[in-house]
Amino acid sequence: MKGKKLAILSALSASVLIISGCSSGSDESSGVAIEVPDVPMHEAMGEFEGELNIVNWSGFVEPAWTDKFTADTGCKVNPRVAGTSDEMVTLMRTGQYDIVSASGDAALRLIVGGDVQPLNLDLIPNFSDEIAAGMKGNIYDTVNGKPYGVPIGRGANLLQYNEDVTGGAPESWDVVWELDTPYKGKITAYDAPIYIADAAVYLMYHKPELGIQNPYALDETQLAAAIDLLKQQNQVIGEYWSDPVAQITSYVGGNTVVGTSWEVLRKFAAQDNLKTTLPVEGSTGWFDSWLVSSTTKNINCAYAWMDYTSKPDVNGAIAVNFGMAPANVAFCASSPEAQAHCDTFFAEDEEFIERIWPWTTPIETCVDGRKDVKCTSFQEWTNAWATVKG
Amino acid sequence: MSTKSIYKGSRPISSFLLRKPKVRLISLLSLPMTWIVGVYIVSLFLLLITAFWNVDPFTSRVRPGFTLENFILIFTVPAYIATSIRTLFIALSVTAICVLLAVPLGIYMAKIANPRLRNFLAVAITLPLWAGYLVKIIAMRLVFTEEGFFNWFMAPFGIRGPGFSIPIVILTLTYLWFPYMALPVYTAIRQIPPNLFDASSDMGAKGFTTVYRVVIPLIVPAIIAGSVFTFSLSLGDYLAARFTGGATQMIGSIIAANINLNPPVAAAYSMIPIAFVVIYLMVARRTGSLERM
Repeated sequence: MKGKKLAILSALSASVLIISGCSSGSDESSGVAIEVPDVPMHEAMGEFEGELNIVNWSGFVEPAWTDKFTADTGCKVNPRVAGTSDEMVTLMRTGQYDIVSASGDAALRLIVGGDVQPLNLDLIPNFSDEIAAGMKGNIYDTVNGKPYGVPIGRGANLLQYNEDVTGGAPESWDVVWELDTPYKGKITAYDAPIYIADAAVYLMYHKPELGIQNPYALDETQLAAAIDLLKQQNQVIGEYWSDPVAQITSYVGGNTVVGTSWEVLRKFAAQDNLKTTLPVEGSTGWFDSWLVSSTTKNINCAYAWMDYTSKPDVNGAIAVNFGMAPANVAFCASSPEAQAHCDTFFAEDEEFIERIWPWTTPIETCVDGRKDVKCTSFQEWTNAWATVKG
Repeated sequence: MSTKSIYKGSRPISSFLLRKPKVRLISLLSLPMTWIVGVYIVSLFLLLITAFWNVDPFTSRVRPGFTLENFILIFTVPAYIATSIRTLFIALSVTAICVLLAVPLGIYMAKIANPRLRNFLAVAITLPLWAGYLVKIIAMRLVFTEEGFFNWFMAPFGIRGPGFSIPIVILTLTYLWFPYMALPVYTAIRQIPPNLFDASSDMGAKGFTTVYRVVIPLIVPAIIAGSVFTFSLSLGDYLAARFTGGATQMIGSIIAANINLNPPVAAAYSMIPIAFVVIYLMVARRTGSLERM
């Protein structure tokens, strides 16, 4: 299967560049060599094209910082909000967008599919030492030593709860997974195959005998166990959400009491009784980066945008607005408020970040380093996910 | 002014077309044919073809090829089968409720209500069509949330809504598609000559017998026409299920979920509602009502 995949990828591009084992930084990327179509890199900055079409998570592109960017460069910003990584991948493949704020599970698919181009970091002076060390050179944005992404920020999929009903912060994710949950019918879950990883994180803690080391490296038995847990959850669930507005109205309207959420959604809901917590099992999360389309017509505006949003103040503004840890930790020292934000989101606390499993595309090569088994690919996750809801 | 001078002098295009019947035919049909063949048939064909393709397991990119796996999946995975049956049930329920509401309403509007009330009701039925589809679904969502209008209004009577579930999806879809049933039924009832009612009454039939023996047989074509809308639109819908169905999954939900991740499965699954509609039309044709439409 893998051979077939690689053969077709090679056929896709005339020349395939294989550089293995020389990627910078994290342990994850060092062992895994992946073949990617050879897409040329931007060599030098030129004239600004006048517009920039962005696919982004809700809250990443706001007039508060785009207005100044447009005034500085003349690049008019056209944002398009996407609700899931899968939607982002599809949108980027239409060729209508220049740049995307991709999470790790979308990034790797885009890179291997040849949809995004490697980046010339020399043209992004603000991509400096100030970028949090843990956000550089990860498997999903640095492939075979070539950088493809400029980090924006990172955060966790938190447990959001209605304090009026729960009376306090649930300590464990068991309130959303187990049949004896006191909140039956008032539970919400994220509506995408990547949510299988959340089940795997829960199983890692409660069923160590399954031997899950990384929620994105599941062999067939482990995937089946995660799916069984999701099917069990399906019996007590109220709603699945992928649309942020639907999730907010669900919490505010009282239909949902506990479930997975993002800090930004709790902020938008603007209810004092809605709180978030990171339960004892840890959680999944997302490390987001800007990736540039391989067919963009607005390459200079795209580079200018990546440089602009890597500035401490702009990067911080995005992070504060979305409710995540900024990639540029120089922001934290800029003011007491900024430091408070960084502390809340553990921006400089790599130990906390250790408890978060950032979204990564599951691939047949086990990313936890196991060589004796084949792991399940994202396609298998997708097919399995369809069976969860019945 | 002679006929000749009209053709030769003042209307060059008309006279040209009169002399060239083939050009006339082509220019008449080119636009609708471009639409039907270019947009409708070709896109349907592309959809059908995609159902036989497969996707790269890593990048989710679609690759041309030939596999029947997508169809096997649809007929073997219990979740897919259950969803098909559930969707069929929802679509049939919506159609049945629409008929049950539309027939008495149509009789009342056409034969009993005074002209002012009739106009008012006609406007009331069509008015929701002016509001956006998504707006209406979100409105239904807000009405039926736990702390929404329905529970608030019904609280004094000790009644609570069922929460987001299949009944609310059926209610929402009925609300969305009711005008498409009500209007043809009403028009058909209006066209029934009043003397048929007199004749029925002369023969000794009571009100319900007249409705059952005279009105219903005459408006079956209108009911079929309306039901094609209510049935097929309900089969394809997924937003009502997403916003008012809680964890309810319909055929459209699965297609929507797969359109990004696995387009061939989405394409293969979209054959199910097409098959349902074709079967429905064939049954309708057997009753002979399509000829009378």
